[in-house]
Amino acid sequence: MIMERYKKQIQLSQVGISGQEELEKAKVLIVGAGGLGCAALPYLVASGVGTVGIIDGDTVEMSNLHRQVLYSENDIGRYKVKAAKAHLQAMNTTVTIQDYAYFLSAENALALFASYDCIVDATDSIALRYLINDACVLTNKPFVYGSIYKFEGQVSVFNYKNGPTYRCLFDKNETKTPNCDALGVLGTTVGFIGMLQANEALKVILNIGDLLSGTLLIYDMLNHRQNKIQFTKNEQLVIDDAFYKAAHLKTRIHETTFDEARTKKTIFLDVREFDTQPVIKLSNSIQIPLSILEQKLDELNKNQHYTIFCQRGKRSLKAIEILRNNMFNHLANVTNGVASFKSHFKDEIHIY
Amino acid sequence: MIVVKYFGVIAEHTNSTEEQIGLSELSLPDCVAALMKKYSFEDVQFSIALNQNLIDKSSDIVLRANDELAFLPPFAGG
Repeated sequence: MIMERYKKQIQLSQVGISGQEELEKAKVLIVGAGGLGCAALPYLVASGVGTVGIIDGDTVEMSNLHRQVLYSENDIGRYKVKAAKAHLQAMNTTVTIQDYAYFLSAENALALFASYDCIVDATDSIALRYLINDACVLTNKPFVYGSIYKFEGQVSVFNYKNGPTYRCLFDKNETKTPNCDALGVLGTTVGFIGMLQANEALKVILNIGDLLSGTLLIYDMLNHRQNKIQFTKNEQLVIDDAFYKAAHLKTRIHETTFDEARTKKTIFLDVREFDTQPVIKLSNSIQIPLSILEQKLDELNKNQHYTIFCQRGKRSLKAIEILRNNMFNHLANVTNGVASFKSHFKDEIHIY
Repeated sequence: MIVVKYFGVIAEHTNSTEEQIGLSELSLPDCVAALMKKYSFEDVQFSIALNQNLIDKSSDIVLRANDELAFLPPFAGG
């Protein structure tokens, strides 16, 4: 029965019975069950990849249906991975489909990747791509990359046999490029790129053809312009446990009180807007409103310890996120902000 | 003349996917800086390829006739 089902691909000398056995043994994880995932998944499942994992914490929305073709109107509101699994399992009952109805995170990526042979990136976030990249390096898994900008798509295979990675192509995460939801996309564009990813994943498993390792393919669906860019491994960049931890596993924010902070060598950073009452002036305080903090980072010193406060302790957490993303690591947050300390330091806090 | 190719969001800034520019003995960093300024994409992250090979955009290389430069921003969608 297996022979009958797959005979048209077994017939290919590059596949054969041994190739089919490789597919059956293979475990492929698809990160993201959106447009790219919906295109790649049916072909991986139909070809008999033995175990297909799907991780996504999202639910199906009406505005997904034009491109996420595994879902039907009845699936709106369901977890994408559950709807996808039901559809895919009906296509092929002989393969194992594992569904993970949550988002990939720095905390769960390593353990999850360890139980797969090949990771397909079908996400819509650059930050997640850095996470996938680094987790693939640590767990020694090939990373099949695909991504879209309107009518253009990029495809590559990273970390294949210790080859170049996403960081060799785009060295640091400094972008705010919007995703498909923000930009708009045709279903056929994500479909085409997702299928190229499935094709690369099959080639990885079958060990055939020329992979896009060290090559970025850029395809323009509007005019069929196709470009291939070669890139090599950046040997200076070492992605190890310490790198992963610093890049992805942020430690908890140190919460402090005004009393405690006063005893430490720190500078108080007031991130409230300039016209906020009460005005607070301390000998060791500066004020940079949250709204302009990113533009004023050069006024701060990365080696200095800062105690951040705002009116209630919420904006200060946002300020800490901005500062951490810019490599400021000596930070504390005043819990509940000014509300917590204005009453008992009247002589030092000048209220105008 | 050199050929310059633009991709993704950068092609929207330049309003074209490809152009030829006449220049002589211009260094790569100067050329990149001039195009970034001309089309105001200073805020966009990108990598640079010269003749289909990725290179460090600060490399002190002098561009020569028929060179092909590509501006490659990362894509986010999926």
